Amino acid sequence: MKGRSFIEILEILAAWFLAFLWILPLLYAFWAAFHASEHSIHFNLLAPLTLENFREALSQAPFLRYGFNTFVLVTMLLAAQLIVGTLAAYAFARFQFAGSNVAFALVLVQLMITPEILIVENYGTLANLGLVDTILGIGLPYMASAFGIFLLRQAFKSVPKELEEAARLEGCGLFGILMRVYVPLARPTYLAYGLVSISHHWNNFLWPLVITNSVETRPLTVGLGVFASPESGVDWSIISAATLLSVAPLLIAFLLFQRQFVQSFMYAGIK
Amino acid sequence: MNMMIRKTLKGAAAAACMTAMTFGMTAMAQAKTELTMYYPVAVGGPLTKIVDGMIADFEKANPDIDVNAIYAGNYNDARIKALAALKSGKPAQLSVMFSIDLYELIEQDAIIPFDEVVKTDEEKAWLKSFYPTLMQNGVTGGKTWGIPFQRSTIVMYYNKDAFKAAGLDPEKAPASWDELVASGKKLTKADGSQWGMMIPSTGYPYWMFGALTMQNDQVLMNGAGTRTNFDAPATVEALQFWKDLGSKHKVMPEGTIEWGTLRKNFLEGKTAIMWHSTGNLTTVKKKAKFDFGVAMLPANKRRGTPTGGGNFYIFKKTTAEERTAAMKLIKFMTSPSRSAEWSMKTGYMGISQAAYDTDKLKEYVKGFPYAAVARDQLNFATAELATYQTGRVRKALDDAIQAALTGAKTPEAALKETQATADRLLKSYR
Amino acid sequence: MRLSQDQMKHVHGWLLLTPAAILLVSFTHYPTVATLINSFFSKGTAIRPSRFIGFDNYRSMAEDPIFWKVLGNNLWFALGTIPTSIALAIAMALLVNRAMPGRSFVRMAYFTPTILPMIAVANIWLFFYTPDIGLIDKVLGWFGFAGHNWLGDPSTVLPAIIIMTVWKEAGFFMIFYLAALQNIPPELGEAARLEGANRWYFFRRVLFPLLMPTTLFVLINAVLNSFKLVDHLFVLTKGGPDNASNLLLYYIFESAFSFFDTPYAATLTVVLLGLLAAMALVQFFVLDRRIHYR
Repeated sequence: MKGRSFIEILEILAAWFLAFLWILPLLYAFWAAFHASEHSIHFNLLAPLTLENFREALSQAPFLRYGFNTFVLVTMLLAAQLIVGTLAAYAFARFQFAGSNVAFALVLVQLMITPEILIVENYGTLANLGLVDTILGIGLPYMASAFGIFLLRQAFKSVPKELEEAARLEGCGLFGILMRVYVPLARPTYLAYGLVSISHHWNNFLWPLVITNSVETRPLTVGLGVFASPESGVDWSIISAATLLSVAPLLIAFLLFQRQFVQSFMYAGIK
Repeated sequence: MNMMIRKTLKGAAAAACMTAMTFGMTAMAQAKTELTMYYPVAVGGPLTKIVDGMIADFEKANPDIDVNAIYAGNYNDARIKALAALKSGKPAQLSVMFSIDLYELIEQDAIIPFDEVVKTDEEKAWLKSFYPTLMQNGVTGGKTWGIPFQRSTIVMYYNKDAFKAAGLDPEKAPASWDELVASGKKLTKADGSQWGMMIPSTGYPYWMFGALTMQNDQVLMNGAGTRTNFDAPATVEALQFWKDLGSKHKVMPEGTIEWGTLRKNFLEGKTAIMWHSTGNLTTVKKKAKFDFGVAMLPANKRRGTPTGGGNFYIFKKTTAEERTAAMKLIKFMTSPSRSAEWSMKTGYMGISQAAYDTDKLKEYVKGFPYAAVARDQLNFATAELATYQTGRVRKALDDAIQAALTGAKTPEAALKETQATADRLLKSYR
Repeated sequence: MRLSQDQMKHVHGWLLLTPAAILLVSFTHYPTVATLINSFFSKGTAIRPSRFIGFDNYRSMAEDPIFWKVLGNNLWFALGTIPTSIALAIAMALLVNRAMPGRSFVRMAYFTPTILPMIAVANIWLFFYTPDIGLIDKVLGWFGFAGHNWLGDPSTVLPAIIIMTVWKEAGFFMIFYLAALQNIPPELGEAARLEGANRWYFFRRVLFPLLMPTTLFVLINAVLNSFKLVDHLFVLTKGGPDNASNLLLYYIFESAFSFFDTPYAATLTVVLLGLLAAMALVQFFVLDRRIHYR
């Protein structure tokens, strides 16, 4: 650390200390998950390691099924969001249609009034549609995403008009232009939005809690919430094991593609 | 544009596929009677596995019935989910829900009385085979709506090693409030490493409070679920005593005590005494690394505890076959031998004398007499707080208890307010 | 009749918008309006159907001490989380926006809470806060301090919830500041140094104003989160003790799904919608005029 001032060293130490605090919950989850419950709250470094908690968690609740549900939910939702969002963004970016400004303002309303706030009414709607306790029902209110439409509209708007003209001369129709020109050029936006959407819905809890009843539809968060409700007596070892199981896919993906994740969130935020 | 149409068609096809699958599944189920039941867990241990095991045994014995038992979380979640399922495409036919949900379920017109499905003399006898105290929360207006299953009382767990260390007789648990305070003072260590006792005040504060009021010879509500006695002098006194344990006698931490982490506190030796559900007995037995005892709750004017836990209910939206199948399942789950097994594996009480008369439970109690404390305590037990508008009334009482324990309000003021709230909520039911 | 090219664009525009429009109307606009309407009706049960009751729900809400408590809590929660998490986010971004040993690890550590579900980490925070056996009390014990009942004491429970929320949000917001900082030419800093400006002065007069658009974006997110982030309450406190940590959305959930009082939940939701609308207006007419925001 030569050439650094005292203040700088102090700042670096502060940065590390803060990092330690921020990662502490995760560190603890690892500690508790790999130790028997009598060692879970005593930090004796010599305590024996065990995988028993994972076995126990898996046998007490169908986490694999929950994981599958989450996977189906996130995939289906992202696909729908991209399709719906692309079409709407295309409309806003390239068609000066009557009422487009008002329509766009109405879309942006969802940035403020997110589906979480309307759980009561939306529950009623889905009950009428017969979609309570279905994975489709968890996803439906989120399928049109104002955030996605907004991001894609920005991306489409930055595509040079000449490219569109060129494609038209080659005989592309409206859809050809969308698929050959706009979508490929907006790839970074798709990636960024995709990662943000996946992380968000992987972790979403309140609405899935409200709308799901059964094991066949519960995503990981709800399964974990139900499994680890404090009423059933907190055993941090098993809960931590279950927690790690639930976050593992996303956490591993994050560790592997850290750069993309961070840049995607950055990108999505700056637009 | 054809691209979009194709996508829309794909979507429609997918939706159609899903509907077809759902229909297919219902059609297949027609051959077998399919039952869905929700159940809650409010204590520690692998209870879901035990329930699954019992259900598997039932399905083996009844190949024509398929049971889908869904663990729904705590008691509140179970009620929410079971009722929500009624409105969805996959309704439940029966469920284990809080014994105190009775009035809410009746008001929602969601359940049927067992008197409608009990036909033969044998079944009528079965209905009478349970401990009468456990039936109190299941009977109203002369009809039986709930059959006891995972039932409990509150018992006092205590750390015998800590008792010995404090110079107390480990075989003699405190039997009165005065003794409790006196022992608590001896057990509380000045450096804060060990408390004399803990009574949980989150999760189900009203339940613990029901014990304290009963010990002060006061019940919290009338049998019709339309009146509460929250501001009765004996009720106020009971809350004052609870608060005093922390603020005056200093034998319990001040503020609220978390229901979920209390067992861990006890197992870690941070408290010498805890009041908790008998449902925790087996887990404590497995995990305690010290000699522990289980005793009835102490008395002030008398001994007392509310019963607690879950009952079986049958929903109204059911076909005759489903009701028959549900009855079969309930009879199976509550049979003496199953009840004995359930009690041994969890610590919940056997729900009938016949369960305690089975050889296996007799044997178990002989080797582990604490397994019978909850049953013996039934002689002093009363129904758990249950009224119309249960959710609101309970929350009001819970809030009052927590307000008093945290010092935000005096017990008297808090309970007066709560009584006013309860009166307002229940007025139209009287 | 043939439509001209110019007219076709209206048709195409609306056709493309249709799927999004249907979904948005069904799950955002319609429920917003329906919430308002339902707040004027009574609770219907199997025995008594729901009927129009004017402002009765609003009257009972005004008389409901829990509502006022919850509203107050939510404002404190917002006040506690928003400035703290934004200040921390800026500090974090400044700390890691330069060469330092272990930089990528530090960045990753800050960002990790963003990808962890609140409901999962809440149980771990429960361990931190548990009296006597929890981590905080243990650490305090090493230094000879007595433990504290963090979640069981009404004066510490809301701060405890706030701290967890700040932990969750700060790293997320940091990312945006980091992006903004990277777009600021380094020459600015050098020029300031040459002119002898101290770092605080440079931050206050140069950096912070340049970061203003980012701050606005983050601020909106933080405000929204302070009203919709309630997942951790399900595990940590259930709003207790005595509603000391109850928040508006959690109370809406309780009213609707625990007490089955949909009209009352709708009435509470109207308040929440009103707060959000007020915020949107403030953002539009006050902040937007004062900050250049593209």
